[in-house]
Amino acid sequence: MDLTQLTIREAHEGLKTRKFSSKELTLAYLANIKKLDKEIHAYLSIDENGALAQAIRADEKINSGTEISMLCGIPCAIKDAILVEGLKCTAGSKILENYVAPYDATVIKRLKEQGAVILGKTNTDEFTMGSSTENSAFGVTKNPHDLTRVSGGSSGGSAAAVAANMACYALGSDTGGSIRQPASFCGVVGLCPTYGSVSRYGLIAHASSLDQIGPFAKTVEDAEIVMKAISGKDKMDATSTDYKFQVTSSKLQGLRIGVPKEYFAKGLDKDVEKIIRDAIAKAEKQGAKIINVSLPSSDYALACYYIIGASEISANLARFDGIKYGLSEASEDLLGVYLKSRGHGLGAEPKRRIIIGTYCLSSGYYDAYYNKAQEVRELIRQDFAKAFKKVDLLFCPVSPFPAFKIGEKADDPMTMYLADIYTISSKLAGLPGLSLPVGKVGKLPVGLQIIGDHFQENRILACAKQLENN
Amino acid sequence: MISKEEVERLAKLARLELTGQEVEKMQKDLSAILDYFNLLKKAPPLRRGSAGQAPKITSGNLRKDEVASNNDLSEKIITAAPDKKEGYIKVKTIL
Repeated sequence: MDLTQLTIREAHEGLKTRKFSSKELTLAYLANIKKLDKEIHAYLSIDENGALAQAIRADEKINSGTEISMLCGIPCAIKDAILVEGLKCTAGSKILENYVAPYDATVIKRLKEQGAVILGKTNTDEFTMGSSTENSAFGVTKNPHDLTRVSGGSSGGSAAAVAANMACYALGSDTGGSIRQPASFCGVVGLCPTYGSVSRYGLIAHASSLDQIGPFAKTVEDAEIVMKAISGKDKMDATSTDYKFQVTSSKLQGLRIGVPKEYFAKGLDKDVEKIIRDAIAKAEKQGAKIINVSLPSSDYALACYYIIGASEISANLARFDGIKYGLSEASEDLLGVYLKSRGHGLGAEPKRRIIIGTYCLSSGYYDAYYNKAQEVRELIRQDFAKAFKKVDLLFCPVSPFPAFKIGEKADDPMTMYLADIYTISSKLAGLPGLSLPVGKVGKLPVGLQIIGDHFQENRILACAKQLENN
Repeated sequence: MISKEEVERLAKLARLELTGQEVEKMQKDLSAILDYFNLLKKAPPLRRGSAGQAPKITSGNLRKDEVASNNDLSEKIITAAPDKKEGYIKVKTIL
């Protein structure tokens, strides 16, 4: 039996009935990483000793006859933008190349309380800015389904690790599509939860009005198990809400599914469209009512996102100044330390977005860009609010195309930004979204995006489960 | 096209040292991106109240602003700083 192919539930059953130990399970994953990751490069660092120590502790717990939680002894991977105490946390940037996390992020604390085994830290675009991991200072993560193509981004390392059985599940973060898009490209389940449902304490900030942590998993049920473990109020993140995630058994039968026409317009790959249309037809066959809806402000979402995102980035990344952590370049005066440390330590994409954000926030431009974008964000939110008066869920593509070739979009930031076109609007509205693998173009997976109203993850998951099984 | 001087002014505001080559690429990229942003001018004006308001931030979301002492953590945070002395982070003379 190949232990690395098991889902969380299967692995949990195996551990509970002592068919195998957590140590054996962990060793199987470490062996897979050694075998495959030279080529794929999903991981930036592996914590073999730490993982084995956690596995042995889990085994002791199991052997003592104590009831174990679902994630106890199960090996996972963590995006390298989430702090795990004592491990390096680079955020894919040279400026944090040797930075060691001084504490655990809240999500890590919650996983550790469950007895999780952390295998290592996964690759990401620098400071999670990108759609392919090509912006990582430490090299691109290749798509396990086709090594000439990208894994998506920014959480491409986490998606590829789960897709290639180098982790049972993984955590990533999503600011504009960074969980859903790599999940779609790599053919795994990826959930971006509602803004506020999971604490971001210990996530290196990209754009704080958008950032959200969520799971990658092999199945919808696994994503649900992880979501249950990491969600809920945290006093260390004032934006986290008092929300108790409950698994429900919503049925497709009688459910109103909205199909936004703006998501099937020019630019959508024909093969991707067919796969998504087929998935919608499947839901209809199972009793769902399909309703055409319109989200008229969709056209403005990308511009709105890159103004708001870049503005928040220009503020958030001010902390990387060569004084508090990371790389520091010597200079005669303080200004010189700032200029040189940031100039040498940050890569092209963060620099570009810092400059854009500084421009949009600067005197004379603020109203035309930042303020206007905030107004448009409200229009987008209103579009969704109106749609959710008529429907229960929205079905649409995650990405206009399957995984693209490495290098194909790397030199043109505007083309790369367009890769996020279908994941950004819902994010601006703070809504939860899931990518469910529903088909393939050749060997390249395609994900269906299921968007729900605020805090309707349970409904999204219940319906995705039904589609997955039938 | 955004001028070289404009990019240099923004880089100074953002505390970023850019090479001549980076400034040139930034001029090109920034111009294309800002052109794209002009799309927002076509967006209709916002009419509030038509579909409810965005959730308001209430003080219920905020914790009390209390000093939480955790010496162990402070020490680890200071350890992570590039330049430090006797439990403090060292900074260049400002004045």
